[in-house]
Amino acid sequence: MATFETASASRWAWLRGVALAAPIVIGYIPIGFAYGVLAQQAGLSTRNTVLMSLLVYAGSAQLIAVGLLAGGAPALSIILTTFVVNLRHLLMSAALSPYMQRWRKSALAIFAFELTDESFAVHIARFAAGAPPQTEVFAINVTAQVAWIFGSWVGAVAGQLLADVKPLALDYALPAMFIALLVMQIKDQQHIVVAAATGLLAVALTQSGLGHWSVIVATLLGATLGVVLEMRNR
Amino acid sequence: MLDQNTILLTMLGMLAVTYIPRVLPLWLFTSKPLPPLAVAWLRYVPVAVLAALLLPALVVAENGASRALDFSAGNLFLWAAIPTFVVAWKTRSLFGPVIVGMLIVAAARFLV
Repeated sequence: MATFETASASRWAWLRGVALAAPIVIGYIPIGFAYGVLAQQAGLSTRNTVLMSLLVYAGSAQLIAVGLLAGGAPALSIILTTFVVNLRHLLMSAALSPYMQRWRKSALAIFAFELTDESFAVHIARFAAGAPPQTEVFAINVTAQVAWIFGSWVGAVAGQLLADVKPLALDYALPAMFIALLVMQIKDQQHIVVAAATGLLAVALTQSGLGHWSVIVATLLGATLGVVLEMRNR
Repeated sequence: MLDQNTILLTMLGMLAVTYIPRVLPLWLFTSKPLPPLAVAWLRYVPVAVLAALLLPALVVAENGASRALDFSAGNLFLWAAIPTFVVAWKTRSLFGPVIVGMLIVAAARFLV
């Protein structure tokens, strides 16, 4: 009897996780589709297009990498750019750590593999409201990644049929996603000041020819500015 | 034509540099908390990195070696960003702004 109840509770936790992931799924399918089409047009095989969504699973980095591959960038510069662009996960991982003190290292290792901007936003809200069962947490992550892989695969198949991505504006998926994610992160006036200053700095650094390093340099300086402003206002 | 094996190796490199920052803090800081100054600094990083990725994509026109600022009427990415921002602000979702932004760029390209 006890095992039956546990099984049923865990089934509910799965269903709840899938439901909580619904907004992520709605966002991931069209962006995954855009990625799949662009990857196909850049010259990636369908297998590699889907494999990148399975192994790397980082939307903005995948879109940027595909653009770099299309432009003939060397592997090292693509990997370095991916590192810089995805460094922000370091901060999200750190922010989740106080809520996951009771998790085993092996469970954390699996959880971390599927940590994205969007799943982070859902998890931090859930964790703040109380400790959800691990089954539910994993259900959110798995559902989101399955949607991402599915979108990529459909895009890769459709990419063989599309002559040009411009009429569908698929090349705008990435900037639009950055706008959405940025607005979600803005919580007070200091955030707006930091965003504006960092953005302008990144533009200046890009113009001076720093390439993708301009993102990391501007970010380090921008976050420092945020802390300085915070200490001065206190 | 791109070599698919080189792409596969590149992806394995991407996997490593993406996974390590995702897992290390969870492994380290679930046993030992961070100093408050580090936590304060970390709070500004998501906003800063997203702004640094976004703004150059909207206003810098890369044309070979030239990286000129482009505020002309023809810079669709920049002007479409305004309604995209508005939708993002109102809905605080991922799907709405992405679809609106893409529809506006697609419509503008179709009409012009």
